[in-house]
Amino acid sequence: MTGFTKIPQHIEDELEKSALTPSRRNFLKTAGFLAVGIASVGSGALVTPADAQAASGPYKDPDYHQLDSWVVIHQDGTATFYVGKTDCGQGTGTSFRQLMSDELDIAYEKTTCIMGSTDITVDQGGSGGSTAMERDAWPMRRAAAEARRVLLDMGANELGVTVSQLAVSAGVISVKADPSRSVTYGQLIGGKKFNVTLTGKDINAATGIAPVKAVQEHKIVGKSPQRYDIPAKVDGSLKWAVDVKLPGMVHARNVKPPVAGAKLVSIDEASVRNLPGFVKVVSKGNYVAVVCEREEQAIKAAKALKVNWEKPATAPFPKSDDLFTYMRSATPTSSSKPIIVGNTETAFAGAAKVIEADYDIPFQGHTAISGAHATADPSNGQMTIYSNDMKSYGMRRGVATFLGIPQDQVRVVWMEGPQGYGRTAADDAGCEAAYIAKEIGRPVRMQWMRDEETGWDTKAPAFAVKVRGALDAQGNVVGLDYHALAADYNHLGYNEPDTVLIAQLMGIRRNPPAAGSGATPSEMYVIPHRRMDSQVVSLPLIWETPVRTGNLRDPNGPQSTFASESFIDELAAAAKADPYEFRMKMLTASTADDAAFRRARSIACLKAAAETYGWDRRPAPKARATGDIATGRGIAYTFRNQTVVAQVAEVEVNRKTGHVWVKRLVCAHDCGLIVNPESLRHTIECAMLHSLSRTLHEECQFDGAKTTGVDWITHPTLTHADTPEKIDVVLVNGDPNQNRPDLPPYGGGETACKPMLAAVANAIFDATGVRLRRIPFRPARVLAALETAKA
Amino acid sequence: MSVTLKVNGTMHTVDVDPSTPLLYVLRNDLSLQGPRFGCGLGQCGACTVIINGNATRSCVTPVSAVKSEITTLEGIAKNGKLHPLQQAWIDEQVPQCGFCQNGQIMTAKAMLDKNPHPTDAQIREGMNRTLCRCMTYYRVQAAIKRGAKMIADAHAAEKEVVA
Repeated sequence: MTGFTKIPQHIEDELEKSALTPSRRNFLKTAGFLAVGIASVGSGALVTPADAQAASGPYKDPDYHQLDSWVVIHQDGTATFYVGKTDCGQGTGTSFRQLMSDELDIAYEKTTCIMGSTDITVDQGGSGGSTAMERDAWPMRRAAAEARRVLLDMGANELGVTVSQLAVSAGVISVKADPSRSVTYGQLIGGKKFNVTLTGKDINAATGIAPVKAVQEHKIVGKSPQRYDIPAKVDGSLKWAVDVKLPGMVHARNVKPPVAGAKLVSIDEASVRNLPGFVKVVSKGNYVAVVCEREEQAIKAAKALKVNWEKPATAPFPKSDDLFTYMRSATPTSSSKPIIVGNTETAFAGAAKVIEADYDIPFQGHTAISGAHATADPSNGQMTIYSNDMKSYGMRRGVATFLGIPQDQVRVVWMEGPQGYGRTAADDAGCEAAYIAKEIGRPVRMQWMRDEETGWDTKAPAFAVKVRGALDAQGNVVGLDYHALAADYNHLGYNEPDTVLIAQLMGIRRNPPAAGSGATPSEMYVIPHRRMDSQVVSLPLIWETPVRTGNLRDPNGPQSTFASESFIDELAAAAKADPYEFRMKMLTASTADDAAFRRARSIACLKAAAETYGWDRRPAPKARATGDIATGRGIAYTFRNQTVVAQVAEVEVNRKTGHVWVKRLVCAHDCGLIVNPESLRHTIECAMLHSLSRTLHEECQFDGAKTTGVDWITHPTLTHADTPEKIDVVLVNGDPNQNRPDLPPYGGGETACKPMLAAVANAIFDATGVRLRRIPFRPARVLAALETAKA
Repeated sequence: MSVTLKVNGTMHTVDVDPSTPLLYVLRNDLSLQGPRFGCGLGQCGACTVIINGNATRSCVTPVSAVKSEITTLEGIAKNGKLHPLQQAWIDEQVPQCGFCQNGQIMTAKAMLDKNPHPTDAQIREGMNRTLCRCMTYYRVQAAIKRGAKMIADAHAAEKEVVA
């Protein structure tokens, strides 16, 4: 009954296709494609999964300077695009296909996209930083354009005319003057290599000699084909990284220290030795895992294993309730260079009104819907890791170094998994599975349980921000002083062999630890005098801690924007000005812009958000109404790199319970060229709600010894009941030359997370006159603030 | 211990500890991987299957406690045609990562089977314990309404044919 599942269906499909022609397989193998599953070149048959293990390695890096590494055209006229990216659920694969299909001039339906497996796709780093469209789509587009150019040359030769006499559409080249004379891409090159070398100093610069098309020539870009990955996700047929099953595979579970910083004294293996299916306890330093034949056996054994731990002599961190007091009194480990405009001291001295406020944002986890996981196969001295790691290439390097084996003996096969918004950039399970697999010589599936994932995953840094502002007698902002403290010391990188948790628990230490970073506001307001800086502080325990920071969906942006855009609202209220007009006035006070027209696009977004919402201009808070439910609306705006976002939140606050419901959301979003509008809208909707969850619910809480949020009760998240009644996403093109032929795409995955916290805080202020400056706005905190205001 | 289960119309006998959560038997012994591990605590719903018409969290259901037929995500399509909710999920392009969507679809199906015309409030309440960390809730709710209409339209069409 039990089938073995090993490789992703799309890779199996490719193998199926290539199985038709031995020469094709030969080409793919020599080109570095699809080495997986092919026993011997030209044998004429695909191998069984068990045999595939014998065929593995060494795994050479696909060469990004070879056009064949990016585009493969099959005999049937279909094309496969190979890209070094991973899709965390935002549909980037579909968008890459759209862009590359347009450049290649092939029907979208005749293409497929293979992503993120280190031995068959070039290293574009996987995903992160919303770089998919902004940076990484460019070499893909240029490679596809180059393939089209080469095919046109071949077509001209085949048809005995010049390239200028040819037309091309949907993979068919024809003579303009006599369309009956034609040849298809499949006929020209199907089953053969391009053998074309690209230039460029690095992969981001990889290019042929063909230019990319003007955006006006796009046929598929700008339309919304449905995401190709969705059908298999709703009919149950997709094979995820969690689904990998290999012959002889065993199951591993970690046994984490019960309190942060505990030292392992001894393990009583006898406590589990006689449990059914027991294979081994694997331990080194403070790292402990239990391995069993079956999954439920490993779960039981990990719970049953008796381990003697020694508690640390000093507290690893303060209680989370005392965090901000601790942070404000800590000695910073580093300071940013202040951004200074004018002279704030003079501005504050001469101001008609000065206000100041402190904003507190706690540590917040990634808390993916399922725990970290990976399956490692150590067959034949190689190491294959089946993983949902968003940075599969980084994992490959990390695992090779961690295990001390050559990189070409390691590959990572990327498969889909629970979205983690950066969690899998600092993936722990891959190194753990690989370490255990190497130790016991059998394929190992590692899976983190819920308490581990919520308790021990990477966190976004906590921020304690102080902002001061100066108004003149006319209510103009003349001075702004922003100072952030970020608890971000020893910020984790990308699957580094000296920062993944297993390495830390084994006593491996990076020296010096990563400095970490804070952030200053991202807005285009004209304020004559400003000073903005940030400092990093450290918790007492740096290593082996469950409160360790990593990149969470714009790592510092939601925190800094909560402070800056809440404070702008406080200034507007102090000036008795409408919050929208107050912002607009500061945006339009200058016509100076940057090369990508960020000011023009900021103005366009703010305007579009207010218009779409139907913003009535008046100062906040609104006049107090009677009844238990108070309603209000708030606005906030920011940018991330070149992507600009303005949002309006409308809230209902229950004065009796402190419950906040965000009833309506509007987002105006300008990220330049839009590849797939529907896919982008959905991503923006979900980014807003993710941030709304952080606004209302999420906080990594801890006592003086351990994290206390370990499941969905102790660490709540947004639910169906919290969902707004209406969400409007407006896609804005605020470029002064909207029809610019070279309109570039900017990132779409993260910016919409940034203004939400402030938009909601501003709406609550509008509704109640009470300013909330501490995230999250759980009912008890809101109620307490309402009570305090009453008193 | 040998346990016999009827899943998606087929009988299976597996030799497992009777306390084994149904989830691991479905996934690891029967290769039905629609239901997924999310929390192991019955809190998130990623592991949901339908038993006796009820959305059941297989991660906290001992395999020996199951006495009735189990329906998994793989078993709701009929005659090669997707269940209307699955089609609605595609039409609304619901998933982001998709990992929790088994729970969303199966919980919604059990809800609609009992209450074919839920109000918005009933949808929110009925789905409230089924979590999504991509926050696709807005589209899940739209897809449930679309699916409910598709089911109602199909029933109406059937009645017309009978009449």
